[in-house]
Amino acid sequence: MKRFGPMFRKEFIQMRRDRLTLAIMTGIPVIQLLLFGFAIQTDVRHIPTVVFDESRTPTSRDVIAAFENTGNFHIVAHVDGRDALNDWIARGDAQAGIAIPHDFPRNLARGTTATIQVIVDASDPLSSQAALAAAAGVAQVRNLAILSAAANRTELPIETRVRPRYNPGLRSPNYIVPGLVGVILTITMVLVTAMAIVRERERGTLEQLIVTPITKTELMLGKIAPYVGVGLIQMTTVLLLGRFVFDVPLTGNVLLLYSIALVFVVASLGLGLFVSTLVKTQQQAMQAAFFFVLPNILLSGFMFPRQAMPALFQWIGALLPLTHFLKVLRGILLKGVGVPELWREMVILLVFAAALIALAVRRFQKTLD
Amino acid sequence: MTEVVVETKHLTRRFGAVVAVRDLNLQIFKGEVFGLLGPNGSGKTTTIRMLCGLLAPSEGTAIVAGVDVREAPDRIKELIGYMSQRFGLYEDLTVAENMDFYAGIYGLEGPSKRGRIAEVVSFLGLDRRLGQLAGTLSGGWKQRLALACSMMHRPPVLFLDEPTAGVDPAARRGFWQTIHSLAAQGTTIIVTTHYMDEAERCIRVALLSQGHLIALGHPDEVAAQVGQGAKTLEDAFVALQERDEQEQA
Repeated sequence: MKRFGPMFRKEFIQMRRDRLTLAIMTGIPVIQLLLFGFAIQTDVRHIPTVVFDESRTPTSRDVIAAFENTGNFHIVAHVDGRDALNDWIARGDAQAGIAIPHDFPRNLARGTTATIQVIVDASDPLSSQAALAAAAGVAQVRNLAILSAAANRTELPIETRVRPRYNPGLRSPNYIVPGLVGVILTITMVLVTAMAIVRERERGTLEQLIVTPITKTELMLGKIAPYVGVGLIQMTTVLLLGRFVFDVPLTGNVLLLYSIALVFVVASLGLGLFVSTLVKTQQQAMQAAFFFVLPNILLSGFMFPRQAMPALFQWIGALLPLTHFLKVLRGILLKGVGVPELWREMVILLVFAAALIALAVRRFQKTLD
Repeated sequence: MTEVVVETKHLTRRFGAVVAVRDLNLQIFKGEVFGLLGPNGSGKTTTIRMLCGLLAPSEGTAIVAGVDVREAPDRIKELIGYMSQRFGLYEDLTVAENMDFYAGIYGLEGPSKRGRIAEVVSFLGLDRRLGQLAGTLSGGWKQRLALACSMMHRPPVLFLDEPTAGVDPAARRGFWQTIHSLAAQGTTIIVTTHYMDEAERCIRVALLSQGHLIALGHPDEVAAQVGQGAKTLEDAFVALQERDEQEQA
């Protein structure tokens, strides 16, 4: 392995001089973190809402105020007709509409069921779900007050006490940022290694290298080793920004996290190496890497819960190293758990790393001859 | 007689049904500048790849600097230098960094590495280019740098693939002087080419056609051997190429 050193040094100098690679490696983490961290909020608030109050009574105004007080609805207009209400939603100027019929106060006073209609624009699933839940909540609180007054009870018969563990504030960044560490490592490790190797092939420098005594293992390890360091630096950057910009906790054992991350990085580099054996140009390498990134974002559980997916897609997701690394990231960062809870993921990642490197090395040797 | 450094016996290579090199017998001597000449598809590249240990022969043997290419293809790579026609060094590294890298790849370390690099730099006159990025060098300087990198480990045999293609005439003349002075110091140099002016600078040439050796000797003798009214090497070459094209048609 005495030629590993020169190979490593050379790769390091080239990495430093290559603007595109540097931009990918430093730009992707920072931009993605800021984008995902600030822009993505899964708790939808301030849904623009239009109101059609047919009854125009203190009772109806009281109910409308209750809707607004949930924080989920933001009243943007009062209209005097159902058509006008529908128009607002159709145009997209409002995503929810509240219609209170003229008999609402009368029915309420009489003790028969008084209805309020809530129309939501369900073409946007996240905000319509939030609107539905909030609307149901408004009615429930009212009902409870009315019914307990009628029954002369001040205490509730049943109460569920929900404890949102590990992320008590239900904050999106706590969920997104740890996942982002894994997504960023996947993208850059796969892309950058694939490009680094294809570049040697494309520029004809590999042809010169294979007539020297360097072994294939020295060549490959020397090439990918600098990127292990890059991966760990990227992870540190995201974790620090997450901690100080988004206030994401670092609950568990950071050393354990870095050890497992190392295994994950090696698995991703193996994938990058594998991609490099399938493509001929740097452009193809970039396309292949992006093709690979999409399932990682969609199926790994980074943004969408895997439990909700059909079995087939859960299996595909289980074939992605990122899926398992996400459990480790969230487990250590948010839950503060350790080896006893994460050993299965650790074993799986080790198997992935060994298998991917072995596969990539075999294919890589074939393409050299 | 002089020492034989490269010897092939019945060297043959097949790719499926195609015979790329057929029963090639050559002896190349120490300090010789030997040309492998032939049109595209004549088997030059396949021969070189076998002699460099990159491709195993189907039949026959080749001994390069005392090592059998069949038995120790990896050992061969420590004994040869190879300079490809396409510039194969790193354009985003400086001249000094490229040399340092290849010296390291050829196993040199510490003071012996620094000493050898200094020696090669002064031999090839690269002193004032050391800090320049290889990509910004002219064609002639690129060739010198490529030669510098391929001779770091003092290889007894040096393979040059169309070494002066795309280099201006003055730089070309200087380069050939360097090659001949290397040969005078005992390095055996094997040049593959289909450029006549490169072939004519060799001490002996082997003319290949469709995998066969059809003429061998001093460039003028080779022309005579081909016959068909060829007076110069170029005439011989053109005659051959036309014959090949007719046979393929």
